[in-house]
Amino acid sequence: MSERISRRKLFGMGAAGVAAAGAGAIAVRGAGGEPAPAQAASTSDPVPFYGEHQAGIVTPAQDRLHFVSFDVTTEKKAELAELLQEWTAAAARMTQGQEAGAFGAVGGQPEAPPDDTGEALGLPASGLTLTVGFGGSLFDDRFGLAPRRPAALADLPHLPGDALLPEISGGDLCVQACAHDPQVAVHAIRNLARIGFGRVSVRWSQLGFGRTSSTSRAQATPRNLMGFKDGTANLKLEDVALLREQLWVGPGDGAGWMTGGSYLVTRKIRMLVETWDRAPLAEQEQIFGRNKGEGAPLGGKAEFDVIDFDAKGPDGEALIKDDAHVRLAHPSHNGGARLLRRGYNYVDGSDGLGRLDAGLFFIAYQRDPHRQFVAVQKSLAGKDSLNEYIKHVSSGLFACPPGVRDAGDYWGRALFS
Amino acid sequence: MRTSLAIAAGALALAGLAACSTEPTAGGAGASAAPAAPAKGGPVAVAATDTECKVAVTEVAAGTSTFAITNGGSKVTEFYVYAAGDRVMGEVENIVPGLTREVIVELPAGSYETACKPGMVGKGVRGPLKVTGEHKPLSDDAQLSAATAGYKRYIKSQSDTLLTKTQEFVDAVKAEDIGKAKELFPVSRTYWERIEPVAEIFGDLDPAIDARENDVAEGEEWTGFHKIEKDLWVTKDVSEDGPVADKLMADIKTVVEQSNAAELSPVLLANGAKGLLDEVASGKITGEEDRYSHTDLWDFDANLQGSKAAVQALRPVLEERAPELVKTLDEKFAGAEAALGAHRKGDGWKLHTELSKDDLKKLSDAINALAEPISKIAAVVAR
Repeated sequence: MSERISRRKLFGMGAAGVAAAGAGAIAVRGAGGEPAPAQAASTSDPVPFYGEHQAGIVTPAQDRLHFVSFDVTTEKKAELAELLQEWTAAAARMTQGQEAGAFGAVGGQPEAPPDDTGEALGLPASGLTLTVGFGGSLFDDRFGLAPRRPAALADLPHLPGDALLPEISGGDLCVQACAHDPQVAVHAIRNLARIGFGRVSVRWSQLGFGRTSSTSRAQATPRNLMGFKDGTANLKLEDVALLREQLWVGPGDGAGWMTGGSYLVTRKIRMLVETWDRAPLAEQEQIFGRNKGEGAPLGGKAEFDVIDFDAKGPDGEALIKDDAHVRLAHPSHNGGARLLRRGYNYVDGSDGLGRLDAGLFFIAYQRDPHRQFVAVQKSLAGKDSLNEYIKHVSSGLFACPPGVRDAGDYWGRALFS
Repeated sequence: MRTSLAIAAGALALAGLAACSTEPTAGGAGASAAPAAPAKGGPVAVAATDTECKVAVTEVAAGTSTFAITNGGSKVTEFYVYAAGDRVMGEVENIVPGLTREVIVELPAGSYETACKPGMVGKGVRGPLKVTGEHKPLSDDAQLSAATAGYKRYIKSQSDTLLTKTQEFVDAVKAEDIGKAKELFPVSRTYWERIEPVAEIFGDLDPAIDARENDVAEGEEWTGFHKIEKDLWVTKDVSEDGPVADKLMADIKTVVEQSNAAELSPVLLANGAKGLLDEVASGKITGEEDRYSHTDLWDFDANLQGSKAAVQALRPVLEERAPELVKTLDEKFAGAEAALGAHRKGDGWKLHTELSKDDLKKLSDAINALAEPISKIAAVVAR
């Protein structure tokens, strides 16, 4: 592979098996003549870490997720800023397929614990991205950050049907690790958590085993655990003008330190898959407003057909019902609000009642969550016929600062300096 | 839990500084047991009560000093001489009301603190102690051997008390005095848990003394503290436990002999300090250690103190080689002690079952915060 010192090279392990396993899952096809930011050519390659925006937002959604939320335990602002610098340095290394620290898992003093935990030795970068966000609770009176809290980071309102568990909601900081290899994503979070001991403490974390959204036209639309294609109408990296309008925080948006950043909403949505699986196909399709096979809007033929909300069936009834998910979530129904979604399917074992503890870990990025996510969720929470089969059990809102420019920069520098 | 560190268990090393009620041993290499007639001007009298710790003088000459502590209070007390960071320079445990015990301490010039600990808990009643006169700084190697010597002193004094307290516990069990045995259970374990990393070197004895029920392989006999714990708290019948109690005492005696004979290295001290916190993280915070009595916080506190003793023995070396690390360690030890201190109840601790999930998370965070810098010590002392 490349000349860089990779984990594989350090470990001196055969590369063939790894490369074969990683490559070919998603061939990144041409982006239809539209401008495409730098991206990995294969699922084993690294994604650039430095840039105007953080990687892991418009980066074509990788297959696996490990998401973690932290409470800050130190009371010193300087220690928090130091931690962000140490995290940035470790992330710059790990995303490029290197070990978390300079000595690595086996290169240090025998008496010292290794500065990398070692489970990613021999694995390529695997498209790892690490994306950091700041929760509203960080802007309380502990660090004097209250005056710098952006209006957009105001707490989300209670939404109808919320069954949120505080112990798996919120947090002062979050890190989203996405990669094509779950071991690489877990390795990254584990090493960041370790670096953070004494300054932060893990509040909750979530694994996702399969992406449910596409963030690039080069990707096929995956399916959620209800068996439907999800995120057909998602914002994609090729929609440059739309991203400026809907995704990235602009210079006049309030808190200057967020310019070039984006707001992240997470929702853990438990799916009652057992009852869903007993629903007739026609009911399932009515609930979504799309057919299950192609993902085409009812009345259409192909996935990306324009949705005709006025289409009527032979009986004169609307094909897409008033409470269909696709209608309620559509921008035309929500003042033009759109989201960049990059959620993941999860199964956290079973629930002791003979049911899978499964669902969607919903992740959405946007310029203003109150104008966008809240608007969409309000229309869904009140009416969506899908609600019978789902339950929102965790919620998070985080301000993800702009990208790290170079080795002298760090996550959140503009906020902490 | 067995440590993977192999160290040679050599011949009984030189007697270190220690204390016992009848025959105080003199400090320093090659010193032998001698009657209490050391420093010029005789012993420094210390009058200890439940609230006071009156030391006759606040300044002594560099070299060896003898302190004679009389417990005029109603609680069992301890006496310590601390250097910066609570490095134990000398200590005497288990001074019962009415008794006088002596301890001989070798002190280079500098500032120290004396402390009595009525009830044997907490920071104790502190006072300043100034030591003046000639003081030659130790060389690097000498510093390291001073560190292991200092820690051996600690092992010695802890294990002496371990013998006494275990005997009391065993006697109560054999007398089928369940109330008294229950009271003594966490107390005797305190001395065990403070020195466990050294005791653990002798792997076959640790399981015999400290195995939990699920640690025992099928067909093997379950013995030790926790077997008796279950009978005290669950079956409430210790009439069959005489042989188990005798075996516990015999095993403790063997382990104490072996511990005092063990050759220690600075790296072992460092890893022992870490090992004790691992014990806290894996057994005490989860409530698995004392699952019938729920007295896990006694063990927690003992592990923390034992860890601190090992770290502070290394302090002079660390101050020279990694001063920033010392600062962090001080801060994180204070953090862990404060987190634990919130759960003190009288002279003891709250039961594990009285702690909320949030309390346990805070304790876990404090231990994690401390264990990370502690894990860096071994490499510093090894270089």
